[in-house]
Amino acid sequence: MENQYAIEMLNITKRFPGIIANDNITLQLKKGEIHALLGENGAGKSTLMSVLFGLYQPEEGIIKKDGQVVKINDPNDANRLGIGMVHQHFKLVECFSVLDNIILGVEPNTAGFLQKAEARQKVLDLSEKYGLQVDPDAIIEDITVGMQQRTEILKMLYRENEILIFDEPTAVLTPQEIEELMQIMKGLAAEGKSILFISHKLNEIMEVADRCSVLRKGKYIGTVNIAETTKEELSRMMVGRDVEFVVAKEPAKPTDVVLNVEGMTVASKMHANNAVKNVSLQVRKGEIVCIAGIDGNGQTEFVYGISGLEPLKSGKIEFLGQDITKMPIRKRSVMGMSHIPEDRHKHGLVLDYSLENNLVLQRYFEPEFTNKAGFLKKANIRKYAERLIKEYDVRSGQGPITPARAMSGGNQQKAIIAREIDKDPKLLIAVQPTRGLDVGAIEFIHRQIVAHRDAGNAVLLVSLELEEVMSLSDRILVMYEGEIVGELDPKKTTVEELGLYMAGAKRQ
Amino acid sequence: MVLLLQYTLIFSSVLLLVALGGCVSEHSGVINLALEGIMVIGALGGALVMKFLPYTHGQSSAFVMFICVLCAAILAGVLYSVLLAFACINLKADQTIVGTALNMLGTALATVVVKSMNTAMNPDDHSSEIKYIDAKKAFLTNIGKFELNWFMIVAVIMLVIVFILLYKTKFGLRLRACGEHPQAAASVGISVFKMRWAGVLLSGLLGGLGGITYITAGVSTWKFENGVAGFGFLSLAVMIFGAWDPFRIAGAALLFGLFRALGNVYNGFAFLKALNIPSAVYNMLPYIVSLIVLAFTSKKSRAPKAEGIPYDKGMR
Repeated sequence: MENQYAIEMLNITKRFPGIIANDNITLQLKKGEIHALLGENGAGKSTLMSVLFGLYQPEEGIIKKDGQVVKINDPNDANRLGIGMVHQHFKLVECFSVLDNIILGVEPNTAGFLQKAEARQKVLDLSEKYGLQVDPDAIIEDITVGMQQRTEILKMLYRENEILIFDEPTAVLTPQEIEELMQIMKGLAAEGKSILFISHKLNEIMEVADRCSVLRKGKYIGTVNIAETTKEELSRMMVGRDVEFVVAKEPAKPTDVVLNVEGMTVASKMHANNAVKNVSLQVRKGEIVCIAGIDGNGQTEFVYGISGLEPLKSGKIEFLGQDITKMPIRKRSVMGMSHIPEDRHKHGLVLDYSLENNLVLQRYFEPEFTNKAGFLKKANIRKYAERLIKEYDVRSGQGPITPARAMSGGNQQKAIIAREIDKDPKLLIAVQPTRGLDVGAIEFIHRQIVAHRDAGNAVLLVSLELEEVMSLSDRILVMYEGEIVGELDPKKTTVEELGLYMAGAKRQ
Repeated sequence: MVLLLQYTLIFSSVLLLVALGGCVSEHSGVINLALEGIMVIGALGGALVMKFLPYTHGQSSAFVMFICVLCAAILAGVLYSVLLAFACINLKADQTIVGTALNMLGTALATVVVKSMNTAMNPDDHSSEIKYIDAKKAFLTNIGKFELNWFMIVAVIMLVIVFILLYKTKFGLRLRACGEHPQAAASVGISVFKMRWAGVLLSGLLGGLGGITYITAGVSTWKFENGVAGFGFLSLAVMIFGAWDPFRIAGAALLFGLFRALGNVYNGFAFLKALNIPSAVYNMLPYIVSLIVLAFTSKKSRAPKAEGIPYDKGMR
């Protein structure tokens, strides 16, 4: 009987000191199927992929390609076996052209001199065959994220890879681009490519995948046929309990204005234009206002302006009735403004500090943590950190003294959220608060944000996740090229309509 | 006028060679601050050959002498850059600190070697000088009044080679990828370690060449305790002004070379002499110009993105 599996990972076990990252996991990818790999953060998906790419050697288990046992010692072995991957963070050289990025590593050459003409033709042929529209001569930093992703896909096709792995490919795309990607994936599978689709977005898995394997806490839970399952069942398999998809919340009862922005303009660091152009908005007590938009349309700079990380070019910011346009960041924070930053490594944590020191980063100067002589009260800091760690379920290897760098991304995010919400701010600015988190953690954070609103505070949410925008916010403002192009009511709009505003196709 | 041209070209050649060295290294992702030290060691290698290889002008083969000196300077520069490569790439040391240490070591090492050598040959001689009056003639060809130094030609050849290497070959594409996004390069099976080693060693080669060119520009003896008077750093300025692009670096080198040459020959121009500015001012010119030029241009030029960051496989 002919072997029906393109790649099989059988009974893989990989241990790290103190933890079993993969415990007897089996993953079998059929030829020409789209196979989803579902699991929470830390479920062992990345470790399993690292084993497949030869970055780790498993203690137990074997890998078979077309029924033959193979040994994968490094990524080059994986490449030779025809395994390719679109990484979550693209591996593209930004100042190179699309073509250069595609041929990098497998350059057609005569005596070391590049011969690009042939390669260009091959790329054009492939892009036509699979409907992957790219301009081979465009420079990566000038093109859209969607086109960058298509470049990554072409990289695999150019190498004639048979097994294509997509690692959370939709995180950075617009709804329209996601739809396109789904079509592309289906097209690739129809051409006989085998696709492994790593994701924790159940809707997408339901739409595109044929089968789905679920991991939980390093263990293999099972493989199901998508046609015979439901979203609820998948999530139960992943989390181990029922998860609420819809954020339970009462209708908002907005009262006094907390934040009032008038005519805000912020210069851009990337180009000569202004990143934020003459934006005015208000956020009231007891409501969650969401700024939606595709990444890079000025949301980042807008938040920098409000939090004080960037000076305004013009405009005015009032917070609790006071003009704070030129107020330093510390004062804004003390006044009751909290900021969950977009880039948790750059603005959220001091990575080489311990968790406890990170947790008091904005409060260490308060009498509770510093005595009159200016020395830190270590015992109080420890006690405070231990409380937050418990309340917010921040998991780490060594508790309060774990270096922030050694924590997983999800738990780093939880630590920031604990610090920012526990300050009990009048205004909580949350930028992408659930980025890269799993369903369970997202549910928890959403509940925290809603509870904070219900306690009579204002929340300004900036998110790229449409589901989050739709379910969490009371009011949606869409930002496009630095301007607010529409205000929508999440109860009366659809994801499609929102997508049109975000793409600049529609405005009020 | 001819003299000005001659000096401009020879100083520009030095700056061009060394700046190209910096350029290759930085495109691979390693900031080579040690160029100054590499120049000194390269110059020492060449000077020793000039001192000890028997040569009588007009009788021995000038070409053999030239090739020997060239190879010695290259060899010395490359060997010295091994230290930088090993510390920065394998040991992941801070590139700025290693570079600075190697600069200090370079001049000191050369001084000690030459002094002990001089003292060994003549107990009364405690200088750090090497004389190569005769040997130097091997590299010079007179065209009318213009004294062509063969290293000028070497510099032009190197310019073309570096350009082709960086932008027309497989090697160059890979090298630049390592300086921009080493993780991306590694993900397609390129060895970042190897490429960075290659980049640093090539910069050692070019830096060594620049060193020997510098000490044969205009003078016939060299005091090694003077090092190379900041020419390595000036070359870094040229490289930044040239935006890491070989041909723009060549343009920048000509500009800086001109100012350096003015210091040597301003006496030959009646109107400059009439201004009665002290010679120290002319000698300062290239350094002052580099300060001003960089203050205005360095913000715009784009350095390779990953330069200065040691490559770590685990980082994503």
